[in-house]
Amino acid sequence: MIAHSIFFYSFSIIAVVSAIMVTVSKNTVHSVFFLILDFISISCLFIMIGAEFLGMIMLIVYVGAVAVLFLFVVMMLNVAQQKNQWFASQESSGHIPVGLIISTIIFFELIIVIGGWKYKPDLFDINNSVNSFNVSNTHSLGQILYTDYIHVFQLSGMILLVAMIGAIVLTFRKREGVKKQSYLKQISRERSEGVEILEVETNKGVKIDD
Amino acid sequence: MTEIGLGHYLTLSAVIFSIGIIGIFLNRKNIIVILMSIELILLAVNINLVAFSIFLGDLAGQVFTLFILTVAAAEAAIGLAIIVVYYRNSGTIRVEEIDKLKG
Repeated sequence: MIAHSIFFYSFSIIAVVSAIMVTVSKNTVHSVFFLILDFISISCLFIMIGAEFLGMIMLIVYVGAVAVLFLFVVMMLNVAQQKNQWFASQESSGHIPVGLIISTIIFFELIIVIGGWKYKPDLFDINNSVNSFNVSNTHSLGQILYTDYIHVFQLSGMILLVAMIGAIVLTFRKREGVKKQSYLKQISRERSEGVEILEVETNKGVKIDD
Repeated sequence: MTEIGLGHYLTLSAVIFSIGIIGIFLNRKNIIVILMSIELILLAVNINLVAFSIFLGDLAGQVFTLFILTVAAAEAAIGLAIIVVYYRNSGTIRVEEIDKLKG
């Protein structure tokens, strides 16, 4: 139990510190790196609490796909070295106290909700455990994901498809002045438009205009 | 304090959620960091759902975490695509200079 709590506190401290570093880091690339560290420590927490499938999926989806996507965009847009200018202009520094106040209020509201949970823990029945059988987390998750939640599952697949098409359509552009091979133009050439037979008279040249 | 219960996980999630909201307000640099703060907020929601799912013994929370993960990935892809298009058109993604809608 001691080891469990030591692991929990170390992972959660790493997660909170890297979340702070995501927001205050001067370099955007460093922010992405801290975001990756945050995801990894949270997925370690998930594995520790017993949701090992979600921990692994978190590693694959967030660290492997989303964070790398962020990294690519940050590196391609050449914004990594922009100076951090929180207090540069007067109107932008006016947002900062408002943001601090709002987020502190939200934090204390959430803490109050958790306190209410702690003082009245018998509000919900804890003993309706569904995975009392001796199966793994992935097994039991798969058992209900493809039966009870199959429509929502397919709907999320549709969301991914629409997002993919949307991203491609948004970033697609036709480039001007690029010489490309056009197969249709090549194979639809005919003899009449490519070759012309001329009668060349003696001592006179031929003027070819195109 | 050695017993790690539901409250610890919920507190961690509340801290990360608040840091995400601070990040949205505090950030004056570029809009990519705001997207990353949104990812942090979704992560906090996921921690909440997984903690409740484990401590209540109901797997529905983990299923919904999976769907939130899907939607977050789609949202990140679309948001980054919009940012790339905006940068291509106007050459900046600084938050102060994005004022085409005059909001």
